Amino acid sequence: MNRKHGDIMMLETPFHSRVAALNEINEWDGWAGYTTPTAYFDVELEYFAVRSTTGVFDLSPMNKYRITGPDAQAYLDRVMTRNISKISVGRVGYSVWCNDAGQVLDDGTIFRLGESDYRLCSYARAMDWLSWCAMGFDVHIDDESDGVAALAVQGPTSCSCLKAMGLNAIEELKPFGLTHFDFEGEDLMVSRTGFTGDLGYELWIAPHKAEALWDKLFAAGKPYMIKPIGSSALNLARIETGFLQAGVDFVSAQDAVRPGRSRSPFELGLGWLVDMNKPVFNGKKALQREQKEGSRYRFVILDVEGNKPAHNSFIFKGKKQVGTVTSAAWCPTAKSNVAFAQLEMPHGQVGDELVAEIYYERELQWTRVLAPCKVIDSAVFNPERRRMTPAPAF
Amino acid sequence: MKKYDAIVIGAGHNGLSNGAYLAKAGLDVLVLERNSYIGGATVSRELHKDWTYSNCSYVCSLLRPEIVRDLELPRHGLQVVPYGGGVTFMQNGDHFGNYFDHERQHREMARFSKRDANAYERYSADVQKQTRLIRPYLLRRPPDPTSLKLRDLKDLAEFAGSFTALGEEGLADTLKFWTKSVGDYLEEYFETDVIKAHLAGSGIIGTALGVYSPGTAYVLLHHYMGDVDGNVGSWGFARGGMGAVSGSLAKSYQSFGGEIVCDADVERILVKGGRTVGVALKNGDEYHADIVVSNLDPKRTFLDVMDASDLPADVVKKAENFKIRGSSGKLNIALDGLPTFNGIEKGSPLGVGDMHFTDSLERMERAYDDWKAGTWSKDPYLDMLIPSQNDPTLAPPGKHMMTVFVQYAPPKINGGEWTAEDKAGFEKSVLDQIGRYSPDFKDLILHCETRTPAEIEAEVGLTEGNIFQGELTFDQLLFNRPFPGYAQYRGPVQGMYMCGSGTHPGGGVMSAPGANAAREILRDLNQTNTVPEGYADD
Repeated sequence: MNRKHGDIMMLETPFHSRVAALNEINEWDGWAGYTTPTAYFDVELEYFAVRSTTGVFDLSPMNKYRITGPDAQAYLDRVMTRNISKISVGRVGYSVWCNDAGQVLDDGTIFRLGESDYRLCSYARAMDWLSWCAMGFDVHIDDESDGVAALAVQGPTSCSCLKAMGLNAIEELKPFGLTHFDFEGEDLMVSRTGFTGDLGYELWIAPHKAEALWDKLFAAGKPYMIKPIGSSALNLARIETGFLQAGVDFVSAQDAVRPGRSRSPFELGLGWLVDMNKPVFNGKKALQREQKEGSRYRFVILDVEGNKPAHNSFIFKGKKQVGTVTSAAWCPTAKSNVAFAQLEMPHGQVGDELVAEIYYERELQWTRVLAPCKVIDSAVFNPERRRMTPAPAF
Repeated sequence: MKKYDAIVIGAGHNGLSNGAYLAKAGLDVLVLERNSYIGGATVSRELHKDWTYSNCSYVCSLLRPEIVRDLELPRHGLQVVPYGGGVTFMQNGDHFGNYFDHERQHREMARFSKRDANAYERYSADVQKQTRLIRPYLLRRPPDPTSLKLRDLKDLAEFAGSFTALGEEGLADTLKFWTKSVGDYLEEYFETDVIKAHLAGSGIIGTALGVYSPGTAYVLLHHYMGDVDGNVGSWGFARGGMGAVSGSLAKSYQSFGGEIVCDADVERILVKGGRTVGVALKNGDEYHADIVVSNLDPKRTFLDVMDASDLPADVVKKAENFKIRGSSGKLNIALDGLPTFNGIEKGSPLGVGDMHFTDSLERMERAYDDWKAGTWSKDPYLDMLIPSQNDPTLAPPGKHMMTVFVQYAPPKINGGEWTAEDKAGFEKSVLDQIGRYSPDFKDLILHCETRTPAEIEAEVGLTEGNIFQGELTFDQLLFNRPFPGYAQYRGPVQGMYMCGSGTHPGGGVMSAPGANAAREILRDLNQTNTVPEGYADD
């Protein structure tokens, strides 16, 4: 049973043959041990596929945990900050979960597949914490990350692509709804979810049907200008629509080594996901205390003057440094220059005027810009079609 | 006769670094070494023609980078090359591999348990929190908690500050680390036997305790707090063997005008009128200096080279009771080629790192049971490396050098001295252990040097062959190392100092005790300090 060196080489997703064939510029990155593309042909063109036609992103490496058993709902209500009983069968909910100190471990989506059957999708691995919290609950937790292939199909023509593929009445699926289709004898689950803030769906299927699904989708989507997209285009889209990225905009409390580096849901602008009416959930006491005593930090979206993205910038109020930028981008559809920042309290109320210290390089010359910026109340991209049911054709 | 400013007894890494910093400050320094070669337990020796053995210490991580840089050790011939890999072979034919890359490591652990693979992230973060607490104190003298001196109070306040910054959970973890057994500690994270066994090795190496003995969790931490080029917890090979460390330290020391005399076995530290005045050698020679620094372990220092009548009675008593128990032996082997190991490809990157053959905590504890019973382990825990896969200077091309650290081996066999027969039995238990997982290993052996605690003590001078100059248990750490009241390198007699691993921050090829002692000596002499500050962790 000699194991060869190749055994521990990078993994390939179930779509890899199709992904590799379309990766014209050979730009790859590692994601949870998988070989995944950062771009296929051009980041900006891929981004515009999401915003004007349809972009397809292979999200198979995403961590997926199946939670089943009589206590599944009670268990998730214990783990999650939001009220899980409000997610009915066939619906999906976004949530965060905290440790006992009320610090965010991760965010993710919870798919209610059946009465006592949930799937949790998360960016960070969670098997240790989920298993730990399961003590005393009659639940079974299965890491099915490798067992489910997934594609995000996102953009104004995404519904049309799926309809053309034969997914009847998909336009009736509401945002955060999920439904099932038969795909060549296998279950194809489709949810109206995504990480782009646009009209979009996520497709979930057994790995052995992945390539067939990809082929059928791309054939059907051709008239609707379907294109594959890599992680760079997705990142641009998520910043434009105000979505946080674990490991970028916050550090999981489990991984934080230095004191004070983790964040509470309130400090990440995710207080709306915390249901203080629930009798008990992980971190509730600490979060109650925080509500009373005040938070240390505030997550803000900044509208930055000028067209230079405020990557890694320090944020100043007058001469005082009050925070740093975690994500920044020039947003091509909203035509605005956006930055996510962590500010020390009490800074960062909507309308606050601050300054971002931006460094940029052109032909080896570095320039420093002190760009005025303003705290805005919501993301700069939030189209009507994202919420419309039935979903529009384009 | 010439009088030196300072005499250092023992040309190991701490003696040489101590001498180097004293000489750098302009002192006239003499380092005495009883062997005909320098290095103490940091040596490279050619015991089989064309083969170089690191025949005591064998890998490098704890050596303080501040000292390496400040004493210009690279210019004097030191290169530390990091290595990855590592494997624990299992009795069922499988193995657990250790990978540098986080994702590969995760994947390998997930073969055994997805939960363990994920828990490893929590474990790493928790261990890092603790190493960050200790690391700032490596290149400092330990603060005395009973002292009212401003210097001690400042250090204590800082220590207390970093403590409280950890929060309640972190504080609890600190106490666990300093008091728990490595077995109990690992069980808070992992469920898989082989993963626990692989990680637990660092908790018992050099220690006469078992994986379930309280205090071994700290020993694990001790092995994690070093770094290679800022990668905390990473280990490397000194190119040319560990003698490259002592060799470069010696050259640096000599570049400041320091002198070394070998074959100089010290009989007595000379004390007159309550002050040290020099040393007398076994051959009758005497060397004189107002300052005498002992790089010997506390027992050898206070019970051997010092006269009890020159010492306070409590120091003699404390030295007698100091825990320095022999627990390990060593085999150094010249190989005719690279051995094949069951389950991994020949030349696999896993084989470049530390190889182990004990796949459960149970087996590790049973190996300790044999030590308690007064004999070597029948199923020994081995930390085995073949550094010649990375370093071309150790063996002829195509040939290899293997270093095998063996635990447990008691200082005495059933209360009696080691006999030739015992030594042969010990050697056989090790060779058989390796042979069980490598079909061609035994046929490749060209030469084997077997060192029981008896040989290590006789050649290197470490009492009972204890590699750390005293156990790294909490009762013998910080302001208690070696004894309370004497932890800041000053001995009980005016002009007498200690600079060995028996002082803070303890054993391993670290050079920190030597440098820290030099700082205190220079302070007492009102000389400008030459010892660098530690780098701050970011």
